[in-house]
Amino acid sequence: MRKRNRPSGLIHRAMRLAAIVGLSSLPLMYACSDRDYATQSTLTTAAHTEHRELFPVHINRPAGPPRIDTGMLDDFGRPVTVSCMSCHTTQAPNFATRSGDELLHFHQGLHFAHGGLSCLSCHNPENYNTLRLADGSTLEYPNVMNLCAQCHTKQANDYAHGAHGGMNGYWDLSRGPRTRLNCIDCHDPHAPAFPHMRPTFKPRDRFLAPPHRGEH
Amino acid sequence: MAESKTISLPVLGDVSRRTALKAVGATLGAAAFAKAISPLSQLKDRVSMQEFLQKHYKELTHEDKTAIFARLEAETKQQYGADVTIQDHPPIPGVRFGYAINLSVCNGNGKCVEACHKENNHDRATNQSYIRVFEMPRGTMDMEQGNSTYDHAVPAEDKFYLPVQCFQCENPPCVSVCPVEATWQESDGIVVVDYNWCIGCRYCQAACPYHARRFNWKQAEIPAEEVNPNQGYLSNRIRPQGTTEKCHFCLHRTREGRMPACLEACPTGARIFGNMLDPESEIRWVLKNKRVFVLKEELGTKPTLFYFFD
Repeated sequence: MRKRNRPSGLIHRAMRLAAIVGLSSLPLMYACSDRDYATQSTLTTAAHTEHRELFPVHINRPAGPPRIDTGMLDDFGRPVTVSCMSCHTTQAPNFATRSGDELLHFHQGLHFAHGGLSCLSCHNPENYNTLRLADGSTLEYPNVMNLCAQCHTKQANDYAHGAHGGMNGYWDLSRGPRTRLNCIDCHDPHAPAFPHMRPTFKPRDRFLAPPHRGEH
Repeated sequence: MAESKTISLPVLGDVSRRTALKAVGATLGAAAFAKAISPLSQLKDRVSMQEFLQKHYKELTHEDKTAIFARLEAETKQQYGADVTIQDHPPIPGVRFGYAINLSVCNGNGKCVEACHKENNHDRATNQSYIRVFEMPRGTMDMEQGNSTYDHAVPAEDKFYLPVQCFQCENPPCVSVCPVEATWQESDGIVVVDYNWCIGCRYCQAACPYHARRFNWKQAEIPAEEVNPNQGYLSNRIRPQGTTEKCHFCLHRTREGRMPACLEACPTGARIFGNMLDPESEIRWVLKNKRVFVLKEELGTKPTLFYFFD
């Protein structure tokens, strides 16, 4: 997550000034035009945002450990789900398991395509209601992004700088909040490759053959 | 010797031939003039006197704008049956917008195209949109080799997808060719169009090397319930027939601090938007850390929409 909260008071102003001086002396990333946007406008920005509180960036998180569908329905027709620990307190962990298809009960249909990982690369054999990092420490489900970031460092770095993953809301946090998705909103952790999609909306250009079928 | 007789027309009495011809000429002239200006009499059904006399956007006072926006809102209500709010969104001081698209992530699903279509009140029949997504063969950036009408599961093998919209060039060729200054660049970099000042000559469309401008060949048809009621005078209000239009980075949203509609709709997170003058912004991080490029750099247009692979 980006750190947008800046130190306040004198330090703030000093940093701002440094930023202004720094920016005006640096060649901009994109080709500079004749107009001197950089210096002039950064000054305005500083004055503009100085007294404003920044709105929060909300990052989607899973609420907690998932519930497992038993395949049964209760008296009201609702599916019966159970906690991971309902079974895993009595089942001995098997570190060799790499796919749901190897199991006799539960998880059979689980499609797994995530490198050479085994179930217990990420799930915690000591407490199945949590996850486990590579160093053996426990990780709660809502913090699952830390788990992904162990291997996918490049994506995690991009994410930390707002250059990976979908978002909604305000680009200007001084005017409103922002909501960001987390890794497993888009990537199924068991088969993380982004799925193929079918384009649903195509232009109907006047000079191309297919669009006008049946219309004229 | 025969007495010479003056020739006179029976109706006009004792008038010389010269005067008579003058009178005939004047009558014919007046008739021709009346015929020549006759389209103006038909004009009044479609164009009000206020609209006919409306000044250039930059010359409008606050009161002018209030009156014009009210008139346009009423016209939209009359023509489309939709209650809309048209506002003036001035650029935010100290902001210069930048946009970046991650082509490694974009899979060509076209949700951005659809979001633009809905957000900007485009004609429903033609699926008009400011964005075109080209399916491109790998190894080229030549737009001519792209295809925007692909219709299969994406991403396809050995293809990449190139969304193209207005790049809000720093050196916009479309602006310099406009004979009536109906299009110009604002301080945040967005190139806007005063649709009421545009005469529809389409010079700008020809000048744009990215095919980013669209021409309203007909008045947009949109069902009342689908009209986006949050409209900007320089952005997504329903454009009159015979005018040019283009992507404006959703200025009615972005000048309120919000993200463009295409970014919010992107299911792959390929789009990054922000203020290039803010050193801490996401777009600045991308420009600094990714190998960004622009289309047709050699033309010197200096686009402010960047692409990158990672």
